Amino acid sequence: MTIAGQEVSVNAEGYLTDLNQWTKEISLEIAQQEEVTMTEKGWEVIAWIQEQYRNEIPLTIRKVGKSGVTDIKEFYALFPNGPLKKASKIAGIPKPVSCI
Amino acid sequence: MMANVLAKKLPKKEWEICVVDQHKTHYYQPGFLFLPFDIYQPEDVIKPIDDFLPKRVNRIVESIDRVDPKTNQVLLENGDLIAYDVLVIATGCNIAPEEVEGMMSDKWYKEVFDFYTYDGACALRKKLQTWKGGKLVVHITEMPIKCPVAPLEFAFLADAFFTEKGMRDKVEITFVTPLSGAFTKPVASNKLSYLLKEKNINIVADFAIEKVDNETRKIHDYGGKEVEYDLLVTVPTNMGDPMVERSGLGDDLNYVPTDKCTLQSKAAENIFVIGDATNLPASKAGSVAHFEADVLVENILHFIEGKPIIYEFDGHSNCFIETGHGKALLIDFNYTHEPVEGTFPMGGVGPLKLLKETRMNHMGKLAFRWVYWNMLLKGLPIPFVPATMSLAGKDFTPIENEL
Repeated sequence: MTIAGQEVSVNAEGYLTDLNQWTKEISLEIAQQEEVTMTEKGWEVIAWIQEQYRNEIPLTIRKVGKSGVTDIKEFYALFPNGPLKKASKIAGIPKPVSCI
Repeated sequence: MMANVLAKKLPKKEWEICVVDQHKTHYYQPGFLFLPFDIYQPEDVIKPIDDFLPKRVNRIVESIDRVDPKTNQVLLENGDLIAYDVLVIATGCNIAPEEVEGMMSDKWYKEVFDFYTYDGACALRKKLQTWKGGKLVVHITEMPIKCPVAPLEFAFLADAFFTEKGMRDKVEITFVTPLSGAFTKPVASNKLSYLLKEKNINIVADFAIEKVDNETRKIHDYGGKEVEYDLLVTVPTNMGDPMVERSGLGDDLNYVPTDKCTLQSKAAENIFVIGDATNLPASKAGSVAHFEADVLVENILHFIEGKPIIYEFDGHSNCFIETGHGKALLIDFNYTHEPVEGTFPMGGVGPLKLLKETRMNHMGKLAFRWVYWNMLLKGLPIPFVPATMSLAGKDFTPIENEL
């Protein structure tokens, strides 16, 4: 599908399937769809999340809270109503999931 | 399991196998789910560890203080030192309710329960015998957890239990999860979402718990949501053994960083890790430890002989999911393939059906207890079930735009 004028691969829920295709313009458009206003702190969090993903560390609320970049309260304020799934989508990484 | 297989493979004259475990009892942990609902009795899930160890194994009943990877020694709490050439860490994970404000209080095992421990499951069993009904909240604190589908099974079995008791109309069941829903993967979500509606189970998703308020009987999340309960059945934060932290071998949840294919720890090449003690992105399910064992034994033998470690674990996991009223689902998946429909263990033949509610799957779940005690712990292979996942007989047709 096309996001911000670029052809990208996404899954059935609109999550990017290849982080290499991620750009700031793409994530801005996804953020708009998710009703998230990106701030300087929000970008810092996104960069931290992408770094974790590249190091194969699964994303959890606890890890965000201990990241040193933000705390859990602020994370909720930055990405309201489901911060883990919204931040993942904006960061271009898969949604945190269970077995089924 | 590892001791049993290694005892057959390693020459007695050259290798001593030592098992250190502070406990004398082995629990059949999948059975904890059935204890509160009187499907299993406490004696069904307990056996002495010594019944399952080969005679040549040197068995030490003592707590471990720490592992020292630099000197290749295990320090016991009684001060003894055990030197090793190869170490397998299999210390699992356990609940840590103290990680959430208010979870551990004088209401613990009175109004707030876990069912991931033997004590918790037995306390809840006693509670459910006399509970008059109200708001039952089944709650997951945070991922990862042991047996990720067990909380959902608990909600399904609770629906069946109260229906059979003739009091389902007096019980409101709510499933609260930090994830995006009860089902998080596209195919499972598409095929199984009907279950929650059919069983009248409410869902509260994206709920990251901040605290338990025991006075008002509410759980609160960081985003301002709150859920009322009369009976809270929670899965607290799961953490690896504190010994891992004391040894400096763990991550922030005391899981040992491990190579997801070779099962070698990232800290030392002669330390291998199996089961829930790892930080692998595989499911923390019993079947995973079983499948890992096949790979791990070969890798340990290669390591000992100085050969390259070539056997790779694919994240294979296989679980039965109880849905209540004598039926169950079966799922089979790995690192790269999500659970889909099909047949198991033999492609096209079955007799078990994947991702479908059947009575045969329920029989399979009950039969698994026998397989566990008599085959898994003894390191015997299960017929037709390989360590790596087979793609035969499974439907991997992608579903698009069905969510």
